Amino acid sequence: MTSRTTQTLKIGDREFDSRLLVGTGKFSSNDSMKEALRASGSALVTVALKRANLDSSEDPFANILDFLETERYLILPNTAGAMNAEEAVRIARLAVAAGLPNWVKLEIHPDPNYLLPDPIETLKATETLVAEGFTVLPYINADPVLAQRLQDAGAATVMPLGSPIGSNQGLDTRSQIEIIVEQARVPVVVDAGIGAPSHAAEAMELGADAVLINTAIAIANDPPAMARAFAKAVESGREAYEIGLGSTSKRAEASSPLTAFLGA
Amino acid sequence: MKLSFSKIFETIDLQGLSEISAQTRTSEVQRVLNRGEANSLEEFANLISPAAEPYLESMCRLSQAVTLKHFGKTMRMFAPLYLSNECVNVCRYCGFSRHNDIPRITLSIEDVEREAKLLHEQGFRSILLVAGEHPKYVSNGYVESVVRRLSQEFPSIALELGPLEASGYSPLVNAGCEALIVYQETYDEDTYQSLHTAGPKKHFSWRMDTAERAYQAGFRRLGIGALFGLHDWRREAISLACHAQHLSRTCWKAQVSLSLPRMRPSAGEFEQVEFLPDHHFVQLIAAFRLFAPKAGITLSTREPAPLRDGLIPLGITSMSAGSSTEPGGYSAFDESSFTPIDEQPGEQFHIADERPPAVVAKAIANAGYEPVWKDFDQSLLSEQSAKEPINRPDDQTDKADPVESLDPLSC
Repeated sequence: MTSRTTQTLKIGDREFDSRLLVGTGKFSSNDSMKEALRASGSALVTVALKRANLDSSEDPFANILDFLETERYLILPNTAGAMNAEEAVRIARLAVAAGLPNWVKLEIHPDPNYLLPDPIETLKATETLVAEGFTVLPYINADPVLAQRLQDAGAATVMPLGSPIGSNQGLDTRSQIEIIVEQARVPVVVDAGIGAPSHAAEAMELGADAVLINTAIAIANDPPAMARAFAKAVESGREAYEIGLGSTSKRAEASSPLTAFLGA
Repeated sequence: MKLSFSKIFETIDLQGLSEISAQTRTSEVQRVLNRGEANSLEEFANLISPAAEPYLESMCRLSQAVTLKHFGKTMRMFAPLYLSNECVNVCRYCGFSRHNDIPRITLSIEDVEREAKLLHEQGFRSILLVAGEHPKYVSNGYVESVVRRLSQEFPSIALELGPLEASGYSPLVNAGCEALIVYQETYDEDTYQSLHTAGPKKHFSWRMDTAERAYQAGFRRLGIGALFGLHDWRREAISLACHAQHLSRTCWKAQVSLSLPRMRPSAGEFEQVEFLPDHHFVQLIAAFRLFAPKAGITLSTREPAPLRDGLIPLGITSMSAGSSTEPGGYSAFDESSFTPIDEQPGEQFHIADERPPAVVAKAIANAGYEPVWKDFDQSLLSEQSAKEPINRPDDQTDKADPVESLDPLSC
């Protein structure tokens, strides 16, 4: 499918052909993941470092990185499992030492149940890692003030959640995301909770620069087909945004205006 | 002021909840299933009721969907590594019980390494260290040394030992442990007292509050469970659900995982009180999933292969495989098949699924799930926890009887 959008996604110093970012967890096999990633057309995929073997040895039992085709996409290491800034910073540094890009998706969630991000620790880790030259993409609750603080700290994107990870509830935080988009100085990537292509299209239509999908693709009956469905939704949502959607109104426009007496 | 679970548990109307379960109407089951989750202990009691039995298929479908959403198509793999079968406790149902005439052994660090290497070769990066309770042979220093020796090769180390104070756990967390597993065995205090007749394990509430002390010391995963077969299974299940609910509220940074082990044959020839049949076992798993959607649920090799394979897509998130329950047991396995050659006389209990790990992994893949061998990294563990506990207790008032004050050998 040829993209009709006019603007490419630029994060940090890199440009990406696709506005669909994909996560690599929850797939039924590494092969299934590999196929779905290809089908998504994504140029940026994120992987939990806790699943990978970070020393130099080859480990057939922790080889998720071997299934990620680095010629197709940039690997975005994420810090899932970190409960505070110190842990996230440590694992980001280890990733670089292991030869991965110095890009990091910060996921700091002390609560293992809802996996909601800790705003304070996320800001701290962003400050530290930006100072060390990392390109930092923080996953956050949809909090506009936090988004501003992170941009001040040098974050390359902000990644507000639509709803809790894995919930498939869509854009529960829509009104907050709208404020974040309106105020954004960096790309806004809506991350988490997007369960259907229509949710992804909605996020793109309201002006998000990209979306990140994982669960909805990984647990689909046919992950590659679902990845393609999301790619189309992201594309069409973006096109509509760039064209400019008509405004909506709850009131009908009267055919006989009250001000008709004023004449033409 | 926060109360520990043993205090909360005293206020729970178990009899009332059991009656709710016994008297559940079909419409109540349907209401919970229509919503897709059990939001209270009462609704959990509805799901384990006789009235819910005809809805087992619906419950399993819901359980599958909820598990997929939160855990994806993955299965975390682990294996137990038994360090010692020395034990000062008398537990009538356990193969390690003090008076049982079995060969007793505590592995040297070198022996532990040999066993660990065998498990590592099979793929395991997550291990559960298990030992009987014996202050002389299984000292904290010994366990800490073992953990330090293994933490380079095993990103995830869990412990199942005699309960300790939080201060006893801290050095073990700092050495590289991620999870603590402690089963209450039975939540019925009278039954508990009749089964645990000597040793520090006699202390019902001290054991009950173990998970909270472990949390204070910084453990990230807390495993709890009941041993089904010792008492009425519905009462045990309601108690366990109550415990899980309490921990998820008070230990909010820890993941709670549940185990529902059923009695297996062991030395001592204990006759179980109430057998939990397969269909009730499956009902229980689905009910727990709908009550605690984000809790891990572990399935061990206690269960036979066909049942384990059937349960893979129904709510389980973690499985052991190729297990030996005897210290040094893996070294006595057949090298090529990784299965026991002979009887293991020093085992805690006899397992039912003796398939080697690769065969179990294949069964998981055939079910459409990925066996995940590594899902944690030692680099995540905070160095700061080496200096102080990371989860400050809200409350210092509810100290249970410290084991240190007991003389276990004189019990």
